[in-house]
Amino acid sequence: MTDATAATPVGEPIIELRHVDKWFGEFHVLRDINLEVKKGERVVVCGPSGSGKSTMIRCVNRLEEHQRGQIIVAGIELTSDVKNIEAIRREVGMVFQQFNLFPHLTVLQNLTLAPIWVRKLPRKEAEETARLYLERVRIPEQADKYPGQLSGGQQQRVAIARSLCMKPEIMLFDEPTSALDPEMIKEVLDVMVELAREGMTMVCVTHEMGFARTVADTMVFMDRGEIVERGPPARFFANPESDRTKLFLSQILSH
Amino acid sequence: MADIDVTQELPLPVERPRPAASGPIDWLRTNLFNSIPNTILTLIALYLLAVTIPPVIRWALVDAIWHADSGRACHTGGACWAFIAEKGRFILFGRFPYEEHWRPLFAVVIFVAMVLASCNRRLWGRWLAILWLTGLIVVGGLMRGGILGMSYVEPELWNGLPLTLILSVVGMVFAFPLAIVLALGRRSRLPAVRAICVGYIELIRGVPSITLLFMASVMLPLLLPTGMTIDKLLRAQVAIIMFAAAFLAEIIRGGLQAIPRGQFEAADSLGLGYWRRTRLIVLPQALAMVIPPLVNNFISSFKNTSLVSIISLFDLLGAANAALTDANWQGFYMEAYVFTAVIYFTFCFFMSRYSQMLEREFNRGRRR
Repeated sequence: MTDATAATPVGEPIIELRHVDKWFGEFHVLRDINLEVKKGERVVVCGPSGSGKSTMIRCVNRLEEHQRGQIIVAGIELTSDVKNIEAIRREVGMVFQQFNLFPHLTVLQNLTLAPIWVRKLPRKEAEETARLYLERVRIPEQADKYPGQLSGGQQQRVAIARSLCMKPEIMLFDEPTSALDPEMIKEVLDVMVELAREGMTMVCVTHEMGFARTVADTMVFMDRGEIVERGPPARFFANPESDRTKLFLSQILSH
Repeated sequence: MADIDVTQELPLPVERPRPAASGPIDWLRTNLFNSIPNTILTLIALYLLAVTIPPVIRWALVDAIWHADSGRACHTGGACWAFIAEKGRFILFGRFPYEEHWRPLFAVVIFVAMVLASCNRRLWGRWLAILWLTGLIVVGGLMRGGILGMSYVEPELWNGLPLTLILSVVGMVFAFPLAIVLALGRRSRLPAVRAICVGYIELIRGVPSITLLFMASVMLPLLLPTGMTIDKLLRAQVAIIMFAAAFLAEIIRGGLQAIPRGQFEAADSLGLGYWRRTRLIVLPQALAMVIPPLVNNFISSFKNTSLVSIISLFDLLGAANAALTDANWQGFYMEAYVFTAVIYFTFCFFMSRYSQMLEREFNRGRRR
């Protein structure tokens, strides 16, 4: 992987989390989360499992509901207003650990479904866009197959293309390579690096520290529902401030 | 990093699967006589067939009487197919005026044609709905008459096969969408909607269908204001729809529950919203998953329509029973029931084969 030489993003914050708290029953999963992501910024979130990283990014498109604080995405505040939620979801793409492709539809239909039904694009235009993105994730020849006929790495690339077809402002990645066989991780990360290089605003939850070093503008470390540390990757990896970060990094980078 | 072509570097030895045994002797050996218990079972089965098949053939074909003027001529101990020749039309169409039998026949043909058209997945859509609507109106017109020079025939006389088909097909066509609504409603986040759906399903499911038919035919008229009547056939039809919907709803709910959460989340994250998510992602997968129990239910409700005999509507089976009361043709239960059984079986067998085909088609994408 080569260095992604993108200018450090400046400008308006596109995601803002202010004093966000969330509970699962009695369990306090998110504690006073404050996070700002600027347009074009690449944020990598890491931390031990159960630290609330997935829950945090799932709050950004309201797959999870937060109970206190404010979340503002692309200028719209997330409340229980369905109109707002749907408006935000149109602008925010999400890639899941388990791909979550629609198994009853072909790859092409997976990609064109939302553009046709949500963006109201004509079918032909939607299909052209879809083929373009399939080309970009390097599997144009799989358009007419069903997801079950593809390998995990191919499925995840289709899932990325599916999100991109909605032309989102922001892409959220929730451990996109955790369910993949080792030899398929690279093909997915390559696509993500390319995306980062093109200036997409990205928030990635991942344990791939090589990827994080390459693309991240900001590293965020979470533990037990809190953001413990944040900073540019150079400082984050070389001189972490918190002991918890040091411990985590030593565990994850030791082999 | 350059890709390494593994096949070139390490040619793997080629091994072919051993060819499977072929020829009838091999087939017998591998399928019927491949072990001692299996051989014993095969011999028992052969013995049972040898004992049962010849008498059946003798009854149905050898000793059968095909032409007779009345039942008294049938005394050979064989089947009296003359009874069917004489009473077949009555069993099929009941007391519908004899000269007008082309009308129910035509109605049956329309039903069968509509069902066959619906089997073609490429035709699914708005046109099919229009076809069904016009088809049902035409069937209604044919049976009822009173228009286009056809004499009026009261619904009391719509007997036999057309009645069975009307009750079951119309029942399924209306019960199915209602069932989908009930199943979705039962999983709704709105407590009132959920309570109504749960209440409906549990109430209807917990009551015998005969009770429901009786209520529809006897109680309902008492509750209605005087002077207002709803046709008995329509009341039975509504009862059947209500009953079938409750059962179908539970089957569909099973399918809905089997959809992984990730599918909902993926649809949500694309901004599809509840209705599009339900229509495009959830229902197609849920319904495809429950085809076997759905068809099972269709088949059993097709046969259960014969319960309407107890409120004296003469469906196929009811007409067969009525045919048996003729003083000239008494005691030919076997013939009458074999005849109706063959008709029921034809329809049910078709449904079951079609469901297997659908299942294969829907599971295409899941095969790895």
